[in-house]
Amino acid sequence: MNGNAMIYAAQAAEREERMREELLAVIENNSRIDLKELAVLLGAEEIDVVNEIAAMEAEGIICGYHTLINWEKTSIEKVTALIEVRVAPQRGQGFDSVAERIYKYPEVQSVYLISGGFDLMVILEGKTLREVSTFVSEKLSTLDAVLSTATHFILKKYKDHGCEIVQKKEDEREIITP
Amino acid sequence: MRNLLSGVVVNIKPSGIRKFFDIVSEMNDPEVISLGVGEPDFDTPWHIRDEGIYSLEKGRTFYTSNSGLMELRQEICNYLYRKQGITYDAAHEVLITVGGSEAIDIGLRALINPGDEVLIPQPSYVSYEPCAVLAGARPVIIDLKAENEFRLTAKELEDAITDKTKVLILPFPNNPTGAIMEKEDLEAIAEVVRKHDLIVMSDEIYGELTYKGKHVSVASLPGMKERTILINGFSKAYAMTGWRLGYACGPADIIQQMTKIHQFAIMCAPTTSQYAAVDALKNGDEDIAQMRTAYDQRRRYLLHAFKEMGLECFEPYGAFYVFPSIRQFGMTSDEFASRFLAEEKVAVVPGTAFGDSGEGFLRISYAYSLKNLKVAIGRLERFVQKLREEPS
Repeated sequence: MNGNAMIYAAQAAEREERMREELLAVIENNSRIDLKELAVLLGAEEIDVVNEIAAMEAEGIICGYHTLINWEKTSIEKVTALIEVRVAPQRGQGFDSVAERIYKYPEVQSVYLISGGFDLMVILEGKTLREVSTFVSEKLSTLDAVLSTATHFILKKYKDHGCEIVQKKEDEREIITP
Repeated sequence: MRNLLSGVVVNIKPSGIRKFFDIVSEMNDPEVISLGVGEPDFDTPWHIRDEGIYSLEKGRTFYTSNSGLMELRQEICNYLYRKQGITYDAAHEVLITVGGSEAIDIGLRALINPGDEVLIPQPSYVSYEPCAVLAGARPVIIDLKAENEFRLTAKELEDAITDKTKVLILPFPNNPTGAIMEKEDLEAIAEVVRKHDLIVMSDEIYGELTYKGKHVSVASLPGMKERTILINGFSKAYAMTGWRLGYACGPADIIQQMTKIHQFAIMCAPTTSQYAAVDALKNGDEDIAQMRTAYDQRRRYLLHAFKEMGLECFEPYGAFYVFPSIRQFGMTSDEFASRFLAEEKVAVVPGTAFGDSGEGFLRISYAYSLKNLKVAIGRLERFVQKLREEPS
């Protein structure tokens, strides 16, 4: 490649990177957005947006499209617990194998390796307190590598995934201003 | 009592915005969607609010110096150097004001002698003309043109200059048109300004909100800093309208006289706001970037929607306004806006509220969520369709 071609290639790569960043920011908050509209917002061609999304799905950057639900407003009972887990790392595998044993349970929503006073943060969703505590005492605590657990139940969600759940704000601005 | 009121004040015509505001308020209809607001829809970023709250907790409830907190003036200098490469002396060349508006007012009052002419490009913000009149100047309007994307050209400027011309107001990025002036545009203007020995009052309150390259301040051009009052503030960039905080930077002798007026009329800008603003300048760049991205998306959405419905609009690259033309419907801006409000319950501001040259245009603000804009655009589409089907 000569000098100019390299510069063009670098600029194209930078543009693509910027578009990815902006695209992800939009769909992170609104995954149901119409593709045509998304293209307008990004100032891009629809086909490029479609390709970019497909590429990011294939690369595992986009892992899914979920819905943020305030379960408290439904008649469906759910409890969520954050469980701090201290584990003994396994020779040759570190934390990965014990993490896998935990995250394979379908009732486990998230598992993070954490720095600080404990090792794994497990987020668990169950129908009742009893269901969650049974899981912790019978399944989690009995794993060989698990040294201890501390379970925290969520009492109220104020904000989730960047969305303020408790209060909706009205537009308090004057209706017309210079 | 005879001569109860000042003739000068009485003769200032009320703002066209106010008139429209009254109509909308009287309707008192919850279905009305407004696209008429000239301030951000975002809340002030939390870390900035938090600094304001902290200053109150600390009991920082006293006056600051007349010029404003030294720390804030220093941060403003850092900011202008970082963004524009202009060096100001925080001790003598910066004044913290109550919004950019105060800076416009006292800047003109500090400069004007009776009979001096002030050049005001229009369409533009509503307060330049009354402030010039109150300062004793003769306002001279330069009508900007749609075919120039509402930029000021050197020719238009040259044609408006007389031997009485003293000040040029340069309102870019522009409210209401969204027009910007790029570096080449400013260089042409600067040449005329230097040739005729004018002073520029550059209102750069929307300077952070540009969508085609970075804003260039006229004060950064050679030989211009010494003849420019640069006005900016926190309202638009940091969504801080209610905090009422702006600033003026310029030659020490002008700032000194402005400070005199400020000291007698205002004392100092609100202390809480000043503490919050220090944090805005130190830690706010990322907030601005996020808001700018959101505005840009809405801007693209509106321009696309106008194109789809055949509404002519030049592409504006600044502020948070679009300025579509409604000339094809054979109505005045006022008629269009009034009917649109009455029949579709959407409030937009007629271009004429910002000067006669705004006739035939509407100011549509995109300081609204996309969700809101979509509903409003749906109504606009229906309205435009209806107008086209009416027998002319």
